[in-house]
Amino acid sequence: MSNTNSLLTIKDLHASVEEKQIIKGLDLDIKPGEVHAIMGPNGAGKSTLGYVLSGRDGYSVESGSVTLGGEDLLEMETEDRARAGLFLAFQYPVEIPGVSNLEFLKASVDAQREARGEDAITSADFLKEAKAACKQVNLPVAFLKRGVNEGFSGGEKKRNELMQMLLLKPKLCILDETDSGLDIDALQVVAEGVNSQRSADRSFIVVTHYQRLLDYIKPDFVHVLSDGKIVKSGDASLALELEAQGYAWLQKEPTEDELEG
Amino acid sequence: MTEQIDKALAREYEAGFVSDVESETFEPGLNEDVIRRISGMKGEPEWMLEWRLGAFREWLEMEEPEWALVDYPKIDFQSISYYSAPKSMKDKPKSLDEVDPELLRTYEKLGIPLIEQQMLAGIAVDAVFDSVSVVTTFREKLEEAGVIFCPISEAVHKYPDLVKKYIGSVVPKKDNYYAALNCAVFTDGSFVYIPKGTRCPMELSTYFRINEQNTGQFERTLIVADEGSHVSYLEGCTAPQRDENQLHAAVVELVALDNAEIKYSTVQNWYPGDENGKGGIYNFVTKRGICHTNAKISWTQVETGSSVTWKYPSCILKGDNSVGEFYSVALTRGRQQADTGTKMIHLGKNTKSTIISKGISAGRSNNSYRGLVRMNPGAEGARNFTQCDSLLIGDQCGAHTFPYVESRNPSAIVEHEATTSKVSDEQMFLCRQRGLDPEKAVSMIVNGFCKEVFKELPMEFAVEAGKLLEISLEGSVG
Repeated sequence: MSNTNSLLTIKDLHASVEEKQIIKGLDLDIKPGEVHAIMGPNGAGKSTLGYVLSGRDGYSVESGSVTLGGEDLLEMETEDRARAGLFLAFQYPVEIPGVSNLEFLKASVDAQREARGEDAITSADFLKEAKAACKQVNLPVAFLKRGVNEGFSGGEKKRNELMQMLLLKPKLCILDETDSGLDIDALQVVAEGVNSQRSADRSFIVVTHYQRLLDYIKPDFVHVLSDGKIVKSGDASLALELEAQGYAWLQKEPTEDELEG
Repeated sequence: MTEQIDKALAREYEAGFVSDVESETFEPGLNEDVIRRISGMKGEPEWMLEWRLGAFREWLEMEEPEWALVDYPKIDFQSISYYSAPKSMKDKPKSLDEVDPELLRTYEKLGIPLIEQQMLAGIAVDAVFDSVSVVTTFREKLEEAGVIFCPISEAVHKYPDLVKKYIGSVVPKKDNYYAALNCAVFTDGSFVYIPKGTRCPMELSTYFRINEQNTGQFERTLIVADEGSHVSYLEGCTAPQRDENQLHAAVVELVALDNAEIKYSTVQNWYPGDENGKGGIYNFVTKRGICHTNAKISWTQVETGSSVTWKYPSCILKGDNSVGEFYSVALTRGRQQADTGTKMIHLGKNTKSTIISKGISAGRSNNSYRGLVRMNPGAEGARNFTQCDSLLIGDQCGAHTFPYVESRNPSAIVEHEATTSKVSDEQMFLCRQRGLDPEKAVSMIVNGFCKEVFKELPMEFAVEAGKLLEISLEGSVG
């Protein structure tokens, strides 16, 4: 299934949190420019997948392999994965009081530039870019001076995540239930921002519980994650099917097989 | 994460070098003869000697305080040397050219060039090396404005009336055990007088350096801001890395007369001892200021060094409408112990005080805020606002808050807010996911936590303080 021009290749991944196995043999292959939606019931391991890929402490890989751009992702430190172009948009972005958004963003951008052997961006250039990014995600420029996520509403936090994505220009974006807690207007803003970033050399994993987000961000592929495995894959129409029928019919399948056997 | 933090905290102490300077050092020991000798070395007048001896006799009757949340072996005061000075200072160099180049190099290495051309414009420095002041820069320029900035040993001779009038007026001789000891054996320090209605044209700064082994440093600073004047003063301090503990017991007295303002900032970076708590400075300091009518005193401190810190810069708000402020960042790591805070004594009407304290504990350290806000019966309409925030890094350190509030005036308002938080796994993960290495992440989070205090520091020093914090936290994350 994987080949040399894949951006991300996951093979037979098993991973656990606090000794509880959550991912139980997952395969996925993503080529540059593709948008993959991962759907599934609560507790299927959707968020865990994002954390495992980005290298969060406490999430341990038991077996399997993951490569990003041909490199062994699992061997890398969390920050090195980010520098290699992996970006996770958080479901619940955390606050960092007293650290201004601008300072945080510039430090992040500079850390990634440094890893690529580039000089730090000048403050003036960065401010210009940051202001443009603010505008694009519909956040007042004043948010750049506020503490990271400090006192932001749910929608503002999500747009702030998106702004970080615009500035960091990652190769692989994992959106972890970015739609949760958003009203329809905010959802549209976020989706437009994501769509504007779609390009031939940027891929997305859109993790969502509901089909709604996929009305705005059209996926190339839809996968259903259940009990730590991808149980069904298809095109965008699979999402509509799931919307109509729920997840229950997929989870029941093995039982029916057993009966027939 | 704790492991990573510990690793990040295991940094080098950059100021830990020893300078090769030939010194004249007293034999260890403390008695009246030693005090007479110190006084003699300084060629002090009789009244000064009598004052010292009086303090020494009081001290002999006093007990070492034990109420602070710090734990250290009993100090043997007879094993300390009470005077040490570079030999080259004996003939009192008249100008920088005559100062031992090794001394100048020491300060340069610490980032404090004493050659005026190389200095940050706008800052005058008094450099105190062990028991003596080595150089005081920009004195002529300050004299033009009528500002006196000189070693206190010199002020005793040149301005005896001012010294006599104000020394011990804010911190009485028998105020506490260490203050009394300081009165008896103090060796040098800075004296500042700002004349009426004068705004000091530059920042004043004293840089204290302990170099000699087994020596205590007992410096004394006295700042008098006459009516309607203004001064901003900064003190910095470092010491070599040694296995033995060394005692530093200073006294700082500030006098802000009517409508005067004194801003006093400290960046304290004494050697903190090693990871296992071996060595380091015992920093037992008494700092207090008195505010007359409409006067203002603002203490800002960034405390990152010392193995044990016992320090409560305070304000006596005597005059009506006077203002006291205390902004503090105290960082402890390894086995450091800090018991620090402030006292705001409201005597006058409509007096106001603000206390912002940020304690950061890492490693196996203990960090306590101890503060007293007292509203006396005459403090009609007085107000205090206190905010104490503690940040824990890792799970083996302690943060404690001991706020004492005594209000004897029903119209006085006292507010106290306190929070305790941790550098959370979520915050660390967010930073690292954006490409920041763990050390940068911790220093950024801690800097954010301290922002309210750093913004009170003079600009040059805010940068220095941020850097110092970054160095202190190096290796504290993983």
